[in-house]
Amino acid sequence: MASNIAFIANANRQKFNMATYSTNQFKNGLKIILDGDPCSITENNVVKPGKGQAFNKIKAKNLRTGRVLERTFKSTESVEAADVDEMNVEYLYSDGEFWHFMEPTTFEQYAASEVAVGDAVKWIKGQEACVMTLWDGAPLSITPPNFVELAVAHTDPGLKGDTAQGATKPATLETGTEVKVPLFIEEGDILKIDTRTGDYVSRA
Amino acid sequence: MRSLQVQAMAASHWQTKAARETLLQRARMLKNIRAFFDERGVIEVETPLLSHFASTDPHLDSLQSCFREQHCYLNTSPEYAMKRLLADWQQSIYQICKAFRDDELGPYHNPEFSLLEWYRIGFDMPQLMDELEQLIKHLCQLSPHISIDDAGFERLSYQQAFETFAGINPHQANARQCYQLALEKGIEIPQGLGPDDDLGQWLDWLLMQLVLPGFAKERFTFMYDYPASQCALAKTAVNEQGITVAKRFELFFGEVELANGFHELTDADEQLSRFQQENRARQQAAKAQNPIDENFIAALKSGLPECSGVALGLDRLLMVFTRSRAIEQVLSFSWENS
Repeated sequence: MASNIAFIANANRQKFNMATYSTNQFKNGLKIILDGDPCSITENNVVKPGKGQAFNKIKAKNLRTGRVLERTFKSTESVEAADVDEMNVEYLYSDGEFWHFMEPTTFEQYAASEVAVGDAVKWIKGQEACVMTLWDGAPLSITPPNFVELAVAHTDPGLKGDTAQGATKPATLETGTEVKVPLFIEEGDILKIDTRTGDYVSRA
Repeated sequence: MRSLQVQAMAASHWQTKAARETLLQRARMLKNIRAFFDERGVIEVETPLLSHFASTDPHLDSLQSCFREQHCYLNTSPEYAMKRLLADWQQSIYQICKAFRDDELGPYHNPEFSLLEWYRIGFDMPQLMDELEQLIKHLCQLSPHISIDDAGFERLSYQQAFETFAGINPHQANARQCYQLALEKGIEIPQGLGPDDDLGQWLDWLLMQLVLPGFAKERFTFMYDYPASQCALAKTAVNEQGITVAKRFELFFGEVELANGFHELTDADEQLSRFQQENRARQQAAKAQNPIDENFIAALKSGLPECSGVALGLDRLLMVFTRSRAIEQVLSFSWENS
């Protein structure tokens, strides 16, 4: 199986032949480069003093850091396009330094750094279907499935007779992540977790 | 389940987002405007929205269409056609119509919007400002939010406004000084605007960042005597300080521009040369050069009467009257669900 170590491509980002967008092409969801990072436009408004020069005021989310930026452009100014794609991938394994994912139809493999994997690492153990965002062909971020099923590796036994409504206790999952669970949960139970909130949903 | 959600979204999408009362107020506003001009003997006219020609203004982009494979343009304002009628009739006229502008979308912009435009034969700029003030006061009676007493009107020259709120004389400044001022005041500098850029662009930016925020919040402000470089279709004249200024004014409510008026240029040669200059500016900005309206130039050659004219944005005025924060709140259907 050919292993495509795509992070190397990041170091060799092709700087020539850059695509650009003019401000009149701005719309929500358009991916552009701001301060060297790929960003997605979330708001675009034209402001204009009466008859004169128009300016575009935009808000954009930095796809690497998640931070929201505000910027103003002189109208007709052009901005470098960010080559950002999304791809369905399956999580394979981690070698401690990189997390390896595979595109299930081409079997092409991608190695994502710890920064790119981010919080997804809390919820994936192998074989999960994730969404990988790529920038210039290299993994930028990983979104785990909304719901995952993980076993409880460790939790204290629930106290008998504690009937307090909604009482919880900590439990450590097989990925090492700690979540709050109801008192009746025991070690070895498989739990359904909402990865967007990190909340326990039910026993699987 | 999913299809139900889609249906629910479509169901809310077809309805107007404007309050019924707002749209009724629009109807009353139109009725009162017509009554105002009827009383003054100004005749209502209707001119084409679709034209073979387009504005050459480098800051305006026309929406384009096609009739039998012939290229045509939706008007950015009814100015050229109305001036042809003026030259023909020698009679004061007004029009309520739609105007269209490409790439203008935001809280105060919709690609299609309503204009009231009128021309008064024999009026100079201050006289037309007076009449606009009277019209607004007349229409303010409609709004529960604005009493006529509150509807105060300030008048500032462009120079006074810049000196008061930005601390710079716009007739003597250059782009580099504007850039320095922006740095000193710590205001944002837009991407693409540098110390070597056009002064006009800098003045527009300083106007938005420093001058307009200084205007009284709940009042109307007239700003007049624009730099000659922003004369558009206005006459120019030499002021008391010996500076050539454009006999052009704008009306603002707080920071929001509502109207733009001119003591109209009647010199056909001068107008043609301005259009050609604007087309060159379009070319420099990598925009298509637009066909100059030869019928309009011919009308000027035949003789436009001495007059002043103004265009008032009716959607924005209704926003003022109804305290709306976004233009879509005063439109039956905005671009989003048009």
